[in-house]
Amino acid sequence: MKVQSAMFYFPEEVIEHIFSFLTHHPDRNTVSTVCKAWYKIERLSRREVFVGNCYAIRPDRAAARFPGLRSLTLKGKPHFADFDLVPPDWGGLAGPWIEAMARSCPNLEELRMKRMVVSDESLELLVHAFPNFKALVLVSCEGFSTDGLAAVARSCKSLRELDLQENEIEDRGPRWLNSFPDMCTSLVSLNFACLKGEVNLKSLERLVCRSPNLKCLRLNRAVPVETLAKIMNQCPNLEDLGTGSLLADQFSEAYVSLISALQKCKKLRCLSGFWDASPLCLLAVYPICANLTGLNLSYAPTVQGQDFINLIQHCVKLLRLWVLDSVGDKGLAVVASACKELQELRVFPSDLFAAGPATVTEEGLVAISTGCPKLNSLLYFCHSMTNSALITVSKNCPNFTRFRLCILEPRKPDPATNEPLDEGFGAVVKTCKNLRRFSISGLLTDQVFYYIGKYAKALEMLSIAFAGDTDQGMTYVLNGCKNLRKLEIRDCPFGDGALLADVTKYETMRSLWMSSCDISLRGCKALATKMPSLNVEIINEWEAEMEENLNNGVAEVISNNNNKHINNGNDERKVEKLYVYRTVGGPRTDAPDFVWTL
Amino acid sequence: MEEMQPKLLDLIPNERGWGVTANDREMVIGGGFGVREEKKLELRLGLPGEEDWNANRKKTEGLCANVKPSFSLGLFGAPQTKQEAGLITGEAQKIHAKADKQTSVVERKAIAHAATPPAATPLPSNSRAANAPVVGWPPVRSFRRNLASTSKTVLEPQKWASGTCAKFENSTKGLFVKINMDGVPIGRKIDLKAYDSYDKLSSAVDQLFRGLLADQRSEIGTEKNVEEKGRAIQGLLDGSGEYTLVYEDDEGDKMLVGDVPWEMFVSTAKRLRVLKSSDLSASTLRTTSRKRAATEC
Repeated sequence: MKVQSAMFYFPEEVIEHIFSFLTHHPDRNTVSTVCKAWYKIERLSRREVFVGNCYAIRPDRAAARFPGLRSLTLKGKPHFADFDLVPPDWGGLAGPWIEAMARSCPNLEELRMKRMVVSDESLELLVHAFPNFKALVLVSCEGFSTDGLAAVARSCKSLRELDLQENEIEDRGPRWLNSFPDMCTSLVSLNFACLKGEVNLKSLERLVCRSPNLKCLRLNRAVPVETLAKIMNQCPNLEDLGTGSLLADQFSEAYVSLISALQKCKKLRCLSGFWDASPLCLLAVYPICANLTGLNLSYAPTVQGQDFINLIQHCVKLLRLWVLDSVGDKGLAVVASACKELQELRVFPSDLFAAGPATVTEEGLVAISTGCPKLNSLLYFCHSMTNSALITVSKNCPNFTRFRLCILEPRKPDPATNEPLDEGFGAVVKTCKNLRRFSISGLLTDQVFYYIGKYAKALEMLSIAFAGDTDQGMTYVLNGCKNLRKLEIRDCPFGDGALLADVTKYETMRSLWMSSCDISLRGCKALATKMPSLNVEIINEWEAEMEENLNNGVAEVISNNNNKHINNGNDERKVEKLYVYRTVGGPRTDAPDFVWTL
Repeated sequence: MEEMQPKLLDLIPNERGWGVTANDREMVIGGGFGVREEKKLELRLGLPGEEDWNANRKKTEGLCANVKPSFSLGLFGAPQTKQEAGLITGEAQKIHAKADKQTSVVERKAIAHAATPPAATPLPSNSRAANAPVVGWPPVRSFRRNLASTSKTVLEPQKWASGTCAKFENSTKGLFVKINMDGVPIGRKIDLKAYDSYDKLSSAVDQLFRGLLADQRSEIGTEKNVEEKGRAIQGLLDGSGEYTLVYEDDEGDKMLVGDVPWEMFVSTAKRLRVLKSSDLSASTLRTTSRKRAATEC
């Protein structure tokens, strides 16, 4: 009894203090469900919120629940939008979120968004509504221009971080850099590598000069070596550098200046950029290689062959390496011998057509796995792969948490045996108990899904393309992968049977994407009926076309198969693209005409 | 294989064709890729003559060894002849009318989306469909995709010796604007910097949409011949054709393409539209002489 009453008067401040040790979002979500009191304490003290699907909850509701919010992370479009599988104007608008935050969360300091559509107006609102705004990170976003960046630069009193990664930004001129006020000295991180246009070099130099705290600076291709050298001389404390264009003449002042500047940067740990890098400029980089932990050469097709080998053999402390496949198996072999600490490797294709010359194969990957046993994250584009290579790789590196293999030619079998790659990928899931993210390719039958369902218990995200034989494949995954959060499938023969095999499963997941599979409108409607807590959205481009033709008064006869209305009784029509996600926000109010929520 | 316990499969309800005997299992799992009964459900990208295609496939152990011509939708490279290429697109139309809608959907999509390689010079629709990669494959972000397709223009050794530091190449400094066409639901993007005259732009628009438009027409039930598939979209600039090219400038006004000098057009055009000429009226457009009197906008 006594204990009970003591708990009843347990001060909120103490509980709040205890909660402050919970940094993991799921933990905070869990404590908020214990009781009303804890819900209230938790929501008022919450400083960071991560919304993995911006349509899972209405912005107003999220903003109202967490008025003390300082940091918001939002993800919008489905992952396959990165590969043009989602039509433009699909959604993922940042505007409603920024407006909702402006109304309810005045203390917002950081906003991170991925695959969202952000307008210049939203950016204006952002910097005016939040007096303490400090950090803006945009990844794979679109819808804004350099004018929006100017607004951010101009109005943020204490901007610390402006990080633009692989966004589509409309170039309206180089003036935006001028917009940083003279008294802005707070910059710690500036990344505009994805900007395609010119920048005002003088403004850039002045900005860097008055930013003593600058630790991360990633320039775009328009910045020449002279400017880079000047900048480097100003910030010897730089830790992360993305170069501009690295074209320079051996005898130029710029080159000499660059060498001396780089040597002063003792803290430099991460390098990227290398646009148009000439072998000479690479020479300048050698002295700092020994301390590098991160190196991104994936925008530098000029760095290959012996140049690459000469560079990489110095990088003995490297943890993360991103390269193009033009380095070849030979280059990867050198990586394997030099970079013993390597944890993450990404090999991107330099030629997107499978018919191109083969540059990396399974040999490169096996070499890496032999030389770098600490490898835990892999993204590998190659022309071919064998089962035995995959089995060897998984034996050598049992610590994979992320394993993504993309064989450029869809449905390509093991060239040594002409068999599917089920056994190889199966070996990966069997040995790598901590595998959280998996992407598979090549010729695959239902068998590989049997293995995934049986062994990949920690798996959270699975990407499948051109694989499987029957509904059973997808069913294995739905039944077996207990921690699955995101499942994305394209061009696989999975139909309604698979879709409806375990409908309650989707409530435990963030989302499901299926495109060019064998599902029908009937199946999708059935799913929508059974699971009202899900948004079942179909993107039907051809149906939308019918509507438009009718609206334009096109007089041709429309055949039975192409009736325009979703409820015309023809439920056997195949659904081109399906996106299912759990939500408490109900159907989207901003869905375009070609998106139907069932 | 040793992990395959009979018990596990028995527990799976409603299994279709998986069988309960060890032999059956081995048959399906061992070396086959489900070529048998499950064929129907299998999504294939290939020529519509299914029987031939399967026979071809059964001949070889692997999928890809000898069937290069069949996978003419770009997975394995160009078709041998233009005729073959034409055959593919013609066949694609037939597919739609008949069975296996799923294959047709994929093929239509592949053909229709053949227009989307960014920053690439548009090719005639026939060979484009054949050469074009599958949409969204390989899975690289468009940012990187643009790099891959334009990086080759930068690899010029003599540049390295020059004393000047280079601004990046013009070819990579694209100016992409959206372009929509009446009757085609999904818009495209077009790089204005890739052209230096209205004629080239007009021809590019023709190539971009020609195949798509013909696809739409066949879609809605009118029987068009294979030859019609390649019918050019002409007269975009002078009002003489079925379609006319218009653009929206930075003030939001809709203008006829072709009135102002090319450079001015490129710097002010924000998006393009290809409208049916019959839909155009004087009231929907402002001419450069700014006749506002009779406009209804």
